[in-house]
Amino acid sequence: MLEFILAALVLIGAFFTLVGSIGLFRLPDFYMRLHGPTKATTLGAGAILVVSAIYFSLRSETPSMHEILVTLFLFITAPVSAHLMAKAALHLKLRTIERTQNKEDSSA
Amino acid sequence: MSLLRQALPHPLLSLTLLMLWLLLNNSLSTGQLLLGGFWAVLIPRLTAAFWPESVRIRRPGVLLRFVGIVLRDILVANFIVARRILGPVEALRPGFMRIPLDVQSPLAISLLANTISLTPGTVSCDVSPDRRFLLVHALHVTDIEAEIRQIKSRYERPLQEVFT
Repeated sequence: MLEFILAALVLIGAFFTLVGSIGLFRLPDFYMRLHGPTKATTLGAGAILVVSAIYFSLRSETPSMHEILVTLFLFITAPVSAHLMAKAALHLKLRTIERTQNKEDSSA
Repeated sequence: MSLLRQALPHPLLSLTLLMLWLLLNNSLSTGQLLLGGFWAVLIPRLTAAFWPESVRIRRPGVLLRFVGIVLRDILVANFIVARRILGPVEALRPGFMRIPLDVQSPLAISLLANTISLTPGTVSCDVSPDRRFLLVHALHVTDIEAEIRQIKSRYERPLQEVFT
């Protein structure tokens, strides 16, 4: 029973990671593409890490805690790298698609 | 008390370092506890120059609830963003938002920016040099004013209560 739940969680994680990559491929401008990998991955990677923690804790009898660290580092580094890329994009004045609202704010 | 202050100028940092060490080693043995404790005392002293002011958490309860709200929002927003990414791209209305900041401490601002980036659908792009505005890009936003109000009341207010 537990294995089914864990397997389902792995699939959910894989699905959201895939959606992140699809976003990277489909979305029309740089700022929108930033959303794909930084976002869908939080839940995608999160779900897989939860499964990993539960599965290896049960198998080896000693709780497996490395996953907490992985989650922590992911949650700290993902927004920071997204922020730096966005900052670089603003600096280079990358073009945004026509219908972006409040475009003038990005140059303020 | 003052002796303790001297030995541990940044108690939160020390505690975090000890926890990190124990998690990295995945062990609670006496040896690891002692070694972790050693790092927890030594590292904050060596890096003291990078921490001009010590961090103080004023209302831990509010902080815990904030973390809970953020985790729930990440979960919910992931589904929404997944549907938007898979749906018709032409229907998306991306936009920039300038969020006026009430929080002033650098730590609170970076936590707010990180929170905004972590919740799907919004990425924080830049802080104005005077730290009064945060520039945020949204994947899809229909009512910019409402979105800004929501971010301010949901994320900024709790952070302001916890860190001053």
